[in-house]
Parts: sequence; C-alpha cells; structure tokens
Amino acid sequence: MTTISHAIALRGVTKRFGAITAVDRLDLEVPAGICLGLLGNNGAGKSTTMRLLTAQAIADAGTVEVLGHPLPREAKAARARCGVVPQRDNLDEELTATQQLAVFARLYRVPRRERRAAVARALELVELSDRAHTRIDELSGGMRRRLLIARGLVHRPELVLLDEPTVGLDPQVRQDLWSLVARLRDEGTTVVMSTHYIEEAEELADDVAIMARGRVIDRGTPRALIARHAGAQVRELSGDPTELAAVEARARALGLPTRRRGPQVAVLRAEGLDGQLGEGRTRLPALEDVFVSVTGEEVT
Amino acid sequence: MSVVDRAVPDGPEAVDRPRASTRLELRALAGVLHREWVVFTRYWRSTTFSAVVEPTIFLLAFGFGIGALVAEVQGMAYLEFVGTGVVAMAVLFASVFPAMFGTYVKRRFQHTYDGILAAPIDVRELVTAEALWIGVRSGTYGLAPLLVATAFGLRPGWAVLVVPLIGVATGFGFAAMGIFLSSIVPSIDSFGYVISALVTPLFLLAGTFFPLENLPDWVAAGAVINPLYHTVELVRGSVFGFAGAAPLGHLAGLLAFAAVTWSAAVVGMRRVLID
Ligand SMILES: Nc1ncnc2c1ncn2[C@@H]1O[C@H](COP(=O)(O)OP(=O)(O)OP(=O)(O)O)[C@@H](O)[C@H]1O
Ligand SMILES: [Mg+2]
Repeated sequence: MTTISHAIALRGVTKRFGAITAVDRLDLEVPAGICLGLLGNNGAGKSTTMRLLTAQAIADAGTVEVLGHPLPREAKAARARCGVVPQRDNLDEELTATQQLAVFARLYRVPRRERRAAVARALELVELSDRAHTRIDELSGGMRRRLLIARGLVHRPELVLLDEPTVGLDPQVRQDLWSLVARLRDEGTTVVMSTHYIEEAEELADDVAIMARGRVIDRGTPRALIARHAGAQVRELSGDPTELAAVEARARALGLPTRRRGPQVAVLRAEGLDGQLGEGRTRLPALEDVFVSVTGEEVT
Repeated sequence: MSVVDRAVPDGPEAVDRPRASTRLELRALAGVLHREWVVFTRYWRSTTFSAVVEPTIFLLAFGFGIGALVAEVQGMAYLEFVGTGVVAMAVLFASVFPAMFGTYVKRRFQHTYDGILAAPIDVRELVTAEALWIGVRSGTYGLAPLLVATAFGLRPGWAVLVVPLIGVATGFGFAAMGIFLSSIVPSIDSFGYVISALVTPLFLLAGTFFPLENLPDWVAAGAVINPLYHTVELVRGSVFGFAGAAPLGHLAGLLAFAAVTWSAAVVGMRRVLID
C-alpha cells in the first residue's frame, strides 16, 4: 500500500447541472487526519462536492482522488473506507436503530463476527444505546440525526463526510456532536464537514475552505483567515444610511473591507486606524467577518 | 475508536476490499438483499396478504363462475386451466407493482438508494439485487394459486417443481421492467398510464383466463412478445406435462425479456441516481 499524502485531492473539478455550474474548476486537497470545514451559503456547492467524493456525482471535468483511489474508476474501494452522513435524512423508518445499523454494517462489509460489536459501539458513540430497539419513526428529530451519524461511523471509516450534520439540533446535542467530531479527528480520522454555521467551523475545523458559487475562494486555519481578511480589530459604526455610505467610501479609499448590517457598518482590519472614520465600538474579528468579506454575501 | 485497532490495510481483511472491476460482487448483492429481508420482516403480513388473497379471489371467481359455463378448455377442466394461468398473473402483480411503486418511493421520497450507493455498491449491483429480491418473493407468492387449485382437485405431475424457477425468472424480468419504468416516469401518478396501457393487456392477453386461439390472429400472434404468455405456457407445461421443443422457446423468451429489462433498468437507474 502506498503512502497517501492526501485523503482527498480534487483538481480542476467542474460539475454542471444544465445551465447551473454547481462546482466550478474546484481545487481542493485535504491532508489525512485533519478536519476540514466547508463553509458556504445555500447553493454554494457543498453537497455537490460531497457527492463527487463518493462518485454519486461524476465530474464533467477534472480529477477526483479519494484515499488514493481515482474516482469514479475505484469508487467502490474508496466508498468502503468512507463514512457518509447525508444532509437529507434517509433512515429506514420501519426498522429499529439496531436493525438499521446492522444493515449498514453489512453493506459496508464489516466481517460477520464483528457486526454486533460494531453496532453496539456506534450506538454508544452517539449515546443512543438506550434506544437500541426503538423504531426509527418513534425517535425524536435529534435522535434520528444522531443515528444517521452513527450509521456513517459503524464501519470505522478513515474518512468521514458530514453534510451539515448539526442542522436542527438543540444546542446541547450540537455540543455533544462537536465533541464526537473532535474525538474522531483526534484519533486520526479525516473529517470533511460542510456547514453554514460559522461557529461550528470555527470550533471544529483545523482548516476552513470558504465556498461560493462552486469555488473555494479562500482556505486556511480560522486564525489565519481572520488575520488575512479581518485583521486584528473591527470597528463598528452606526448612523443613518448616508453616513454609513460615507464611512464605506472612506474605508474603501483606505483599502479596508467593510460589512453592512442594518444601521451599522463594520470596518475590518481597523487596527491601524485612529479616529479617522469616526467614533465607534471596537471588537475582535470573527470568522463571520471573513466569510462576509470574501464572499460578499451575508451569512444565511 | 482508535487508529491502531482499525483493520490493517494489507492484513487479513484486505480480501474484503471491493474490487475495481465491473463484475457483480456477491457481497454487495448480499448486503442489499439482507436489507430487503430485514425491512420485509417488518411488513410481510400486509404484502403477503394481498399477494396471496388477490390471485385466490381471481382463481375462485373465474374457476367457478366461468367453470360452470365452460366444461373444458384445451383438454383441461376450466379450474385447472385458470389455476395455472393465475400463477402467472400472481407473479406479475407481485413483481411489477412493488418494483414500480416501491422503487420510485425509495428513490424519490425516502432517498434510500442514496444511502446504499454511498456504500461499496454500484448501481448495477443495487438494481440486480432489488430485482432478484422481488423476483424470488413474487415467484414464491405465485405458488399460492397453485396450492389453492390443488385443494380444489388439480393433480400436477412432478415437473411442477420447476414452477418456482419459472416464477422467479418471470418475477425478475417484470421487477426489472418496473424498476426501469420507475426511472423514466415523471411522477408517481404516471403509473396509471402504465397499468392501463401495459400491465392490463399483458395479463389478459397471455392465455391466463381464456386461450388465445379464439382471438383475432394478429392478437394471438402478438402474444409471442408477451413474456407472460411464455410463463403461462411453461407453468401449464410443468403441471400437465411438456411436449416437444416448445418449452425451450418459451424459456428463451422469458430469459431474453429478463436480460433486456435488466439492462434497461441498470441504465435507467444510473441516469437518475448518479448526477
Ligand atoms: N441534482 C441536481 N440537479 C440540478 N441542480 C442541482 C442538483 N444538485 C445540486 N444542484 C444545484 O447545484 C447548486 C449547488 O447545490 P449544492 O446542493 O451543492 O449546494 P450546497 O452548498 O450544498 O447548499 P445548501 O447549503 O443549501 O445545502 C445549486 O444551485 C443547486 O440548485
Ligand atoms: Mg447542501
């Protein structure tokens, strides 16, 4: 077996749906063992990218390599080593939690004698052991999501693809899932997680790739991205629309990015400023400022 | 979970790795069949009820209703004629309907196939296993009318033991046809057209309830392209005795039908499941 430098390598990948280019000449390399956050608004191309990684979508151009396997040619071999948690719940509602996991343990070729233990372990991982024999249609929404995640982990994948795993979860359960993801990563599993919750990417991702219109427009650790785009300080100024427009114009002249939200404009990389732009509140920058600054879109 | 106790890539588990080749892997088929089996254990009662009761009603209604008017058809008591014909109808209904509706619902509403195809299974294996499952199930249900007819006096010969195989082959072909149709219909309501324009003529014009000789020549000749006609002929042959080389022709017809529908189902499902 050859050494794999990248768990994932996408090069020049384009995927079109009719007139829509969902993924546009995408280059994305993910080193083994990290957690990559794919951050992007609705329609940015996150799910399509995930589907390209399991060869459930086939690229129109470019090359896709997953765990050293070129896709789609060696798709099955790659998929056997990946765990997928889809954005859309597709549990078999008429089964119990245990039955569902047993079915997937077999689909993922967990050897017969290990299946029972694999199922028990996966249930434990998401704290559903006490609901092992509950029918899925009797589980709460959060429990279903946890089971969906357990299903993606039942065969101990080396690469886990999580497509917006925490949508619709209450804050406590979301925290639990964050620690689960952190644990996976600590144990050497490569994790790719799409999200549009910025705090989630900030919390979990070693590396964040910001996607918009099918491309990665910037990539780096949350800290590096913040330093690059938002600087060390953000100045927030309030006023009526004309005043705000004036502030924006002056900031632009100084080469500083701005971000408008309601009756407020935030000036990024404001650490070098004295009173030039007027009085305002100074705060520390966050990944959200970066996102807005590089995509030109507010967070949805 | 830890890195160390994960299966070593080149260790003994390496044999479990899926191959890059395009052949059907038994393990992949077994995984999908296992899923169907586990799901079946949750709903077998209702499915089995309708698959068994409906053909039985047809059998008894026609057997006694028409049987009172018609003493013999092609040298058989009418109940025997219809008892063997209804086997084919039972297999058709138990295969084409679940294949059309079940496959459509699993794909469009439940997104079941998206989950399965994220595992080391390709579309060809998925389609083959689904058609095989429905084929075996419908072949089994097809035995019900035969048992009922036996209770009412049918005395089949030993060759009746091949009826399950005929049933499975028929069921596989019609399941694949249903899967293919599910991949091209614009919505689930469109199956209404398929049922009126395709399924109804298939089961009426196959020699199930009346012999085809009495129909206009062109209809009778057209039966050759009706796979269910071959099923009916094979079932009657195995119950009352085969003659000549005709059964081989019927068998070839059935297998050709299954091969064509299977290929179409694979292509059709690949088109809608893989972006
Ligand atoms: N099967 C498909 N057929 C047609 N268009 C599609 C298909 N899948 C995705 N698209 C389009 O591709 C674009 C990217 O979609 P994608 O689902 O990858 O976005 P996303 O980043 O996952 O968004 P979200 O956050 O809403 O899940 C969208 O414009 C979408 O409408
Ligand atoms: Mg998405």
